[in-house]
Amino acid sequence: MALITSPNIVDPDDFYAELIALHQGRSKEESDAINARLVLLLANHIGDRKTLSEAFEAATLQERTEP
Amino acid sequence: MTKIFETPLYPYQRSPDQDRATPARHPAVVVGAGPIGLAAAIDCALNDIPVVVLDENDKVSWGSRAICFAKRPLEILDRLGCGDPMVVKGVQWRHGKVFFRDRQVYEFDLLPERGHKRPAFINLQQYWFEVFLYERLKALAAEGKPVEIRGGNRVVSVRPHDDHVALDVVTPEGPYSVEAEWLIACDGALSPTRSLLGLDFVGRVFEDNFLIADVIMEVDFPTERWFWFDPPFNPGQSALLHRQPDNLWRIDLQIGWNIDKDKEKQPERVIPRLKAMLGEEVDFELEWVSIYTFQCRRMEKFRHGRVLFAGDAAHQVSPFGARGANSGLQDTDNLVWKLKLVRDGLAPESLLDSYDAERVHGADENLLNSSRSTDFITPKSDVSRLFRDATLDLAARHTFARPLVNSGRLSVPCTYDISPLNGPDEAALPRRTRPGAPAPDAPLGSGWLLDRLGGRFQLLAIGTQAPDSLDVDGVKVETLRVDPNDDPSGALGERFLGTASAALYLMRPDQHVAARWRTYDEAEVRAALSKAIGRS
Repeated sequence: MALITSPNIVDPDDFYAELIALHQGRSKEESDAINARLVLLLANHIGDRKTLSEAFEAATLQERTEP
Repeated sequence: MTKIFETPLYPYQRSPDQDRATPARHPAVVVGAGPIGLAAAIDCALNDIPVVVLDENDKVSWGSRAICFAKRPLEILDRLGCGDPMVVKGVQWRHGKVFFRDRQVYEFDLLPERGHKRPAFINLQQYWFEVFLYERLKALAAEGKPVEIRGGNRVVSVRPHDDHVALDVVTPEGPYSVEAEWLIACDGALSPTRSLLGLDFVGRVFEDNFLIADVIMEVDFPTERWFWFDPPFNPGQSALLHRQPDNLWRIDLQIGWNIDKDKEKQPERVIPRLKAMLGEEVDFELEWVSIYTFQCRRMEKFRHGRVLFAGDAAHQVSPFGARGANSGLQDTDNLVWKLKLVRDGLAPESLLDSYDAERVHGADENLLNSSRSTDFITPKSDVSRLFRDATLDLAARHTFARPLVNSGRLSVPCTYDISPLNGPDEAALPRRTRPGAPAPDAPLGSGWLLDRLGGRFQLLAIGTQAPDSLDVDGVKVETLRVDPNDDPSGALGERFLGTASAALYLMRPDQHVAARWRTYDEAEVRAALSKAIGRS
């Protein structure tokens, strides 16, 4: 399964607000720990190794311009 | 009472070699009487290769050291004739607990696969392991096998030549010279042989130290492996508790990089650390304390002409995961039958290059696994620690995170997928028994399959025809016929047939699969055997 990089979340504003609210009032340390747990939970949900590698690559190649 | 590791087992005795005008030349000389050197010598003796073991010491090693022995090495020991005393004495376990900070995160049951003669692993002090090997070696010598062990013999010079290796040896009565047609260096991680030859040993040193202690105590802890990440008694570090025979417990405590090793080994420093872990009320006696640094490195090549390196001398791994002595035993298991064929003129000398190819592959697999465990146990960056801790947090509530927890992956045998010796494969047969793989055990009649394999080339004919024996230009192949209906547990069929009704396996003397087919074809078998001994 190829990594989905086109819009795939219904109600994006609501999702984004929930993500940010997750970190409200937390210390940097708590937020970092939450983010790490989140990565692991989501990665396991995806499961497919190839998709995960594509996500790793997409996350590190920030500078790449889309064709 | 004198402990076994304080008793000289093979004290120095003058050898006639020391009074010769010209050096004696022995077919094989093994340097080092640790677990790997002793196993190499036993294997040589069983193959009728006259062998002399030189060791600077005269006792077994002090301390438990390599305590965990996995199934494959136990099967190798069975072939060498000393698996039983190890398994009888050793502690078997399958349950474990993982702790993070002040709580238990989860417990596990390794649920070993059924249908194997030997357990997944045993815990046994290295000194007992060496005692049983030494007793086997002595028994072989008493039967007239050509094997001799010389204590108090320190090798101080190694000079390779085209057809032999010349050695200078220092003894309590002065030096002498001796020659080896083949030299097997099993002299440990600090290998003097390697240094004397000026050979490389490159890799990675992990900047961390572990304090290891053998503690004698009578406690009713269950027979389990307990591993702590960041426990209150050793904050920011890790700890391991393992049971051994004789009420002996092995404790490993991570203690960091910038320490004074000599000071940390003193009882007045060690005992408070152990009391913090075990509780003030527990009575214990310290048998042995040591400190080690994780290292993951190997020689670029294990064969240097007529010098063959095995065990820690060739490769060193960090200890979590039982890959040190276990992989060393797989080295000599791989080496000695090849040496036998080369010495008998039945295989070209280049067959020994396959020792290098196959065991370097094995070492790399172990180094990879061991480095990964070490990175999890001792995270080397803030982010690495962040993910490690997140994994442990999640593991308490969610099973998905438990396979990510890495406190050591227990050693499984290496499959030589890259081997130049591998012959044809039959893809319809199960993948686990493909060429290069060690044969898995299976119940057979009232015994076991692996007890009937090894020590020579064999055809394992399951439900198919093959002649009783075959002679391929001096190399004998014997057939072991097995009725696929004589498989009450189904393990044989599952492991060797899959959905097929018949199969023919060409087995190497080290119980690895060389090639396999559905049915017998003489020309095919001859070609595969030639390939398996490096003739083509």
